[in-house]
Amino acid sequence: MQSTLRFPSPFEVGTPPGAEGWEQLYPYYLLFSDDRRQEERRLWFFNGMHFPEAMTPFDIITAEAGYLAIGEMSSRMFCIPPAMGIDFRVLNGYVYISPTPVTDPAQIEQRAAWFQERAGYYYANWRAFYEEWKQRLSAEVERLVAIRFPELPAVEPPDYVFQRRGYGASMDNLAAYHDLIDSIFRVWQIHMEIVMIGFAAYFAFYDFCKKAFPEISDQQVTRMVGAIDVSMFRPNDELKRLARRALDLGIADLFLATGSGAAVFTRLRENEAGQAWLREWEASADPWFYMNTGDGFQHHHRAWIDDPTPVVSVLADYIQRLQRGENLERDTAALREERDRITQGYRELLAMDEERQAFDQILALTRDVYYSIEDHKFYVEHWYQSRFWNKVRELGRLFVAGGFFRDVEDIFLLHYTEVERALMDLLLSWSIGTTPRGPAYWPEEIARRQRIMDRLRAWSPPPALGVVPEVIGDPAIIMLWGITPERLHAWLSPEEGNVLRGFAAAPGVAEGPARVVLSIEELQEVRDGEILVCSVTEPSWAPVLARVRGMVSDIGGVMSHAAIVAREYRVPAVLGTGVATKRIRTGQYLRVDGENGVVTILD
Amino acid sequence: MRRSPFIRELTTLGHADRPLVGGKAASLGMLLAAGCPVPPGFALTTEAYRYFLERNGLTGLFEFVQDEGMRSDDAAAQLSRRVEEAFLAATLPEDLADELAESYLELGKEIGQPEPVVAVRSSAADEDSRTASFAGQHETYLGIQGIDSLFRAVRRCWASAYTPRAIAYRVHRGLSLTDAAVGVVVQLLVEPRAAGVLFTLSPRTGDRSLIVIEGSWGLGQAVVGGEVTPDEYVVSKVTLELVRKKVNPKPFRYRRGAWDGSLVREELPPELAGAPCLAESEMIELARRARELEKRLGYPLDVEWAMCDQPERGTVFFLQCRPETVWTTKERPLATLAASNPIMAIAQTLVRSPSRPGNG
Repeated sequence: MQSTLRFPSPFEVGTPPGAEGWEQLYPYYLLFSDDRRQEERRLWFFNGMHFPEAMTPFDIITAEAGYLAIGEMSSRMFCIPPAMGIDFRVLNGYVYISPTPVTDPAQIEQRAAWFQERAGYYYANWRAFYEEWKQRLSAEVERLVAIRFPELPAVEPPDYVFQRRGYGASMDNLAAYHDLIDSIFRVWQIHMEIVMIGFAAYFAFYDFCKKAFPEISDQQVTRMVGAIDVSMFRPNDELKRLARRALDLGIADLFLATGSGAAVFTRLRENEAGQAWLREWEASADPWFYMNTGDGFQHHHRAWIDDPTPVVSVLADYIQRLQRGENLERDTAALREERDRITQGYRELLAMDEERQAFDQILALTRDVYYSIEDHKFYVEHWYQSRFWNKVRELGRLFVAGGFFRDVEDIFLLHYTEVERALMDLLLSWSIGTTPRGPAYWPEEIARRQRIMDRLRAWSPPPALGVVPEVIGDPAIIMLWGITPERLHAWLSPEEGNVLRGFAAAPGVAEGPARVVLSIEELQEVRDGEILVCSVTEPSWAPVLARVRGMVSDIGGVMSHAAIVAREYRVPAVLGTGVATKRIRTGQYLRVDGENGVVTILD
Repeated sequence: MRRSPFIRELTTLGHADRPLVGGKAASLGMLLAAGCPVPPGFALTTEAYRYFLERNGLTGLFEFVQDEGMRSDDAAAQLSRRVEEAFLAATLPEDLADELAESYLELGKEIGQPEPVVAVRSSAADEDSRTASFAGQHETYLGIQGIDSLFRAVRRCWASAYTPRAIAYRVHRGLSLTDAAVGVVVQLLVEPRAAGVLFTLSPRTGDRSLIVIEGSWGLGQAVVGGEVTPDEYVVSKVTLELVRKKVNPKPFRYRRGAWDGSLVREELPPELAGAPCLAESEMIELARRARELEKRLGYPLDVEWAMCDQPERGTVFFLQCRPETVWTTKERPLATLAASNPIMAIAQTLVRSPSRPGNG
């Protein structure tokens, strides 16, 4: 493999007109800079799977917390032998990531010994540890929800004096800010505590299968491991239940009339049966409707509970399908039966008892681990993250009250370290009784940043930067993003007529008209029988998958959550094509071959 | 049913009959026993061959043959010529000829034709063992019709054990030249729309979870003889899903000539040449039957198959089946874990192959 193959250097990528000065929105350590010019010799690929849009300065906190945790867990805590953490840079507002391999064989051996001891402790106790992990995460959510940003009073309450509290509202707000920031960093460490070694186990099973069956597809491996009934499916199952309840209560019409989600909820409140339905909605809402429309990494991907509009259209769709007598259930028994049958089929083909024994052992562990990898996602990316962004909004209100911002959402245009400075400006001036600088400084600055963000959002990031490496060693990079040297070469090779290639992520072949969806808002335009073409798919889009015939994405590997959902809904899917949203136009007739990873534009 | 020392019905044959009827005939019996569709027919035993030699005084042909001497091409060619001339000049002993004719006419009754069209193939007693395939070493005569043509084809089959190529193969494998016990298979000729071979493992990698089907239009000769690049269909042995297919241009097909046994090569229009020769359901059906057969026999196989458009006589036929010999005799690294404990194994996997998992 030639190492000279390269994508554009990060230093060759220009600034979109009107976005000049974008660099000031992000911390200095996240930028490509001449003093680190050698970084153009590494591979950087656009992580559109997690950060599909240009990141506002505050939202970068999810990348900082995430990659700090990945580095901590991969490199320092569990010592995954061939991989240190994943580095990241921000370019024109988009997150580019780069794997960091360990190449010295002696170092790999040393790390393997540590890894065996450390990760082994987790593997040996996996199920019990995962149950405890869920408890810890729930406790973290409670702790987050309990954080309060008290209003700044003219005079502190007498209790503070007579009970000799010793500190007041300024200190409470400062502490609450620190608690909030600590909370997200801590949660992401706990998140990666199970995920990184989880990928390592999965990778070992994958490697075993490739040895035993050299031509086995990635997808067949996944079908043997298949996590079924993970918590990511629960929110959608709750919607189906509520759709049935609406029919039982005779209020289906309230959902089918036109109007926004808010209008539907208003109609429900005016009606006795509607109120009964709303009580059930509320009972399911925490935690299940903290599902957000993205992947939790960006603040504007609102939770269903905060903006029910997209969910109401899904409810209407479910109600209509129930009225037509359709069955909405995922057939988990059939999925389980299929998983067992395929597993048994491969197992029987192993020639020797030793092979079958090894297969049984590694599969048993991998299934446990993989279940957690799928299941955890609801807890962190949805339940926790949705509540985290809302808590940031509470802090935003303090600034709106202080005249710093016109809108609560403006807080997301500040990096979290800038928020701390603005908070100090607010608290100092309040305590002293002088005028803060914020109201004069921030509104204009926020307007400027807003203009820059608009330009950055309209920019289309190249799929990768820098040089294609000969070796990619990080199991997570391979299994989750589907980045291999071969895949990168395919991205670089000249376009092949009407054919796009990607990961065969969910089996079957489907044909239909394309619907290119570039943002979550456009999701509602998807019609029955279309092929969904998107940059990246999120599991929270599951309701839409019940309507489409096939799915194609720019980014995503066989283990990505979108692949899991596609398999669960039996929608043929080709992920990680690199260029689908650029090459395909809405309305073009497509064939999606989910067994071979090929998309053909038939028009 | 008649049990003569010379002729046996295919349905009565099994593995133990190899010395009597040869490997091909015995394997057809095994295919039938395993429930596979095989064109109806019968086998001439090696006893019939020896009887033919004795009654025609032909045993003397091999008296002075020494295996070592046959290493020279000239000597092999000479022996081959002598055998062919002598066999074709000789006649079938009357009782053998009567039995053969009777069996042939009976076969015709099954399909309501007085003179059925048959395929005549040699079936050497020492071919098709699990390590020596003899693939393509002996002759097949297709489209034989009428008793006289049949008699001639049978003698040609016997002689085909001594083509220069067959002699060289025998010498190379250390098999006896003086006692090349040859059986003959006579079967109703199927006239397939498409035919070819299939393997119950991947010939490319030895992957046993795949069934690889190669096929082309018409009789299987075009595929077996390597004259066309066949279509390739790969089916998962585990899920019986079509994994991939490659449709190649197949510009001609072989069909049976009108009355003699010759093959007719027929050019095909481009739209037919470029079309897949099997429907997906047919690929799956072939794979399903091959999977069952492999399971029954217990080892990987290669199988010659034919797909016909005659529902009343069956559509899928297996014409021949051999143990696969390339990958099954190859030393294969076991897919075991590096350690008995899966935790150590995960660490070892990460150390061993940091770079090489993703084939996309």
